Amino acid sequence: MTRSQSPERKESPNRTPSRTGMRLIVPLQGVVQGRGGLILGSLIPCALFYFLQFYLKRHRSQPRQRSASAANLPDLQRSSSRANLLARGSTVRAHVSARASPVAKPNDSPYYIGLDRLREDPYDEAANPEGVIQLGLAENRLSLDIIEAWLSRNLTGSMLGVGSDALGLTRLAAYQPMDGLMAFKVAMADFMTEVMGRTVPFDPSRLVLTSGATPAVEILSFCLADQGNAFLVPAPYYPGFDRDIKWRAGVELIPVHCRHCDNFTLNKLALEQAFNQARKRGQKVRGILISNPSNPVGNILNRDMMYDLLDFAKTRNIHIISDEIFAGSTYGDEEFVSMAEIVDLEDIDKDRVHIIYGLSKDFSIPGFRVGAIYTYNENVLAAARKLTRFSSVSTPTQQLLISMLSDKQFTLDYIKINRQRLRMMYDLFVAGLRELGLECAKSSGGLYCWVNMSSLMSTYSDKRELELWDKLLNEAKINVTPGSACHCIEPGWFRFCFTTLSEKDIPVVIERIRRVVKSFKPSV
Amino acid sequence: MEIKNLSTRMLSKIAKSDEHGENSPYFDGWKAYDSDPFDPIRNPNGVIQMGLAENQLCFDLVQEWIERNPEASICSHEGLHAFKNIALFQDYHGLPHFRNAVARFMAKMRGGRVSFDPDRIVMGGGATGANEMLMFCLADPGDAFLIPSPYYPAFDRDLRWRTGVKLIPINCQSSNNFKITKEALEESYQNAKVKVKGLILSNPSNPLGTILDKETFKTLIEFINDKKIHLVCDEIYAATVFGGANYTSVSEIIQEMECDRNLIHIVYSLSKDMGFPGFRVGIIYSYNDNVVNCARKMSSFGLVSSQTQHFLASMLSDDDFMDKYLLESSRRLASRHSKFTNGLDKVGISCLASNAGLFCWMDLRHLLKEETFEGELGLWRVVINDVKLNVSPGSSFHCQEPGWFRVCFANMDDETMEIALRRIRKFVGTNEQENARVKMAKPWRKNLRLSFSSITYDHETRVSSPVIMSSPRSPLVRAHT
Repeated sequence: MTRSQSPERKESPNRTPSRTGMRLIVPLQGVVQGRGGLILGSLIPCALFYFLQFYLKRHRSQPRQRSASAANLPDLQRSSSRANLLARGSTVRAHVSARASPVAKPNDSPYYIGLDRLREDPYDEAANPEGVIQLGLAENRLSLDIIEAWLSRNLTGSMLGVGSDALGLTRLAAYQPMDGLMAFKVAMADFMTEVMGRTVPFDPSRLVLTSGATPAVEILSFCLADQGNAFLVPAPYYPGFDRDIKWRAGVELIPVHCRHCDNFTLNKLALEQAFNQARKRGQKVRGILISNPSNPVGNILNRDMMYDLLDFAKTRNIHIISDEIFAGSTYGDEEFVSMAEIVDLEDIDKDRVHIIYGLSKDFSIPGFRVGAIYTYNENVLAAARKLTRFSSVSTPTQQLLISMLSDKQFTLDYIKINRQRLRMMYDLFVAGLRELGLECAKSSGGLYCWVNMSSLMSTYSDKRELELWDKLLNEAKINVTPGSACHCIEPGWFRFCFTTLSEKDIPVVIERIRRVVKSFKPSV
Repeated sequence: MEIKNLSTRMLSKIAKSDEHGENSPYFDGWKAYDSDPFDPIRNPNGVIQMGLAENQLCFDLVQEWIERNPEASICSHEGLHAFKNIALFQDYHGLPHFRNAVARFMAKMRGGRVSFDPDRIVMGGGATGANEMLMFCLADPGDAFLIPSPYYPAFDRDLRWRTGVKLIPINCQSSNNFKITKEALEESYQNAKVKVKGLILSNPSNPLGTILDKETFKTLIEFINDKKIHLVCDEIYAATVFGGANYTSVSEIIQEMECDRNLIHIVYSLSKDMGFPGFRVGIIYSYNDNVVNCARKMSSFGLVSSQTQHFLASMLSDDDFMDKYLLESSRRLASRHSKFTNGLDKVGISCLASNAGLFCWMDLRHLLKEETFEGELGLWRVVINDVKLNVSPGSSFHCQEPGWFRVCFANMDDETMEIALRRIRKFVGTNEQENARVKMAKPWRKNLRLSFSSITYDHETRVSSPVIMSSPRSPLVRAHT
């Protein structure tokens, strides 16, 4: 029998508070003790329990209080599974599609904030010596003079053509195959063969040329995965992948965290775990995206790891996308091996291997927009070719580069000298950092070094990393990329690109960093 | 076989889908051309390309300008000093002097009646990339855009393939010269089973070659404001207007009437007006700040080569040259158009009255064996295989009435056009004979003999032979514009 009717309901309302209080407590006691029958005794305690859990959960997920000094910094979540970019920032901007609204909102990544800041106040030795120095963009300014010299020697006149085999304006301006002129593909294939060490000949008919490596990555994503599928990607990784793969293709990126103890090389176990966890979550993994030489660390994949990756991809029936855009920018002692070489040697199931390349890094011409997809898969080739209609290389640029890249002596010299200069700058820069007590990860390629600045952080946290980044940007006036923007799981690492500098800029940069280091460690 | 199946299974849905449209029978015309392209000397019996809307009429003017202005190119001694900065420039805002020049040019071709803000100019990979980018910005997968038919066939691919957006045609009839009516607009909108996010059209129209009159424009603006949907105007043929016709751009209309500017977007390109499709210059001009912001970031997927930007910045801001160019281009187009339509008229073929574009909308309904789309396709195959002209059948433009064909006339020289007209005359003549069963007195003379006399065919400078762009066996199909 339930005592659902409480006796005090019959009493008058003008009781004294204490007596009313008692009247409330007694039945409540009964409820908590499970007395009072089905409703009061069991459902209400359960309901109270769930409300408590709900309350706690809501309050746990509210943003942490920010400190005053970092008031303008974005709040970063360093987690091992990135939230879906499209799900965040759900305020739908007026008149823009739902998938575009996260794109439309202001860039909150330090990578982009730094670039914007630099645009406002760029360093110039004469005109603006206190300006922000660019160390956040992987741009190679070391060897443009070599290209300029070639142009100077080989010009016959206007853009109608360089050399005797120029296209007339009719052909220059008219519609051409969207995936590149055959002559340009031949020139690119030759250049890639040269750059990757002449160990494997690249076949022009497997090339699809695009307006930059950015659309090349996006086109491959559209070809290899459906919206909602995922690629595994060793982290830390190039921040631009988030844009290239997620924005329009809608493919997720699952980071496979690499650690300092492994010199940030890919760990087989971590890869397995990431794949299995994705499967448990119901996420379909369609491929692994590796960059070799890697960005932002600059290390090179060794052969064993490449064989392991190929095995892994085969057993799980997924693709491998190898972004080799820095292949010609190696300066270390390690030998660079292209995925094409392994595939060529072993007659492995080639249909799952795809390589990305471009002229923005190795050849210093990011403005000209030249990227490439190299694939062994006939179906991907056919689909990618059709997709290049949205991102083709401008014909005058193709024409210019056909002449340039066909000059074999020039390209050989360029690659050799560029590597020497990279080596020299790397050595100088790393030595300078070492003087300040800052060590870099071991790297053999790329246009940057991966610096450990955790000794300057009072606590080992992403918040301190951001504060340090802010200090470097606003006090030392250097734009560098913090590890969190590259999804690095260990706080304190920063990418410093040294190829935008000339030799005499290095002491200036080191001095500015010294000022910041001193504020943390006065003994330096 | 097993490997092939495996590799197909590993592809995405988008890669496997047929949305690219290149397997449709309409590409037979292209294939016929690719395997047997016309050349006045080498292959005088080949297929003449009249299915590609390319403007080759004024290359000589551009060529002259280039020779007079070497500093415009970084590949010249005069221009080399700019090389380093240009080679490194990859900012998605685009070179400021490029944007200024484009804004200036766009205003000029609209007679200076409107001005354009360079900060609203966003680059895309050709108009193709620009149109697709707008779809990504304005619509989600499953949403729809209304589009007046007949329309440019590649929109089916460009606007739908990767974006997942649907296209709902607004039917236009020949009875009122294919004008867009309010009733047709309402009907399409009401019958749409999915969310309509906007309306897209080309003005001047492809394939009709007509320009929107103010009345229809006002109806459109009222309609989109009322339904609160976007209006995307593809004004890629804006400077191909000839015959002194009054072209009104959407940018002018919104100055004259009430309109929520956040709904208005323009797509432009230099592929048609200037004849520079190979340069891949696509432009989005939006009055909506959010769209500009979003599109600009997405433009990383289709930035214009900085070398090209730098060159065009010089050329487009040369006011004298551009004024002269626009006048001359318009004059040559008018002349070509009238020669062609008069030639057709003489054999009883009429075209829709038009004053823009690089083509005519030909009425061949009287030549159809049956008034159906099968009849149209049948006639079309005859035209390709027997008459050896690649023209585009109206059904590929989603025209609701069979018998209309689009024929392009600006991608060839006068001689080739004469040959094309001769072939058409012959065909119509033969057709009439067949119908009337009267034999011709004179034997049919092969009409492909050209008078070579003193003309030398320098293939670098003549515009007679369309470029052979791919081997016959290449799976590549050229832009079907």
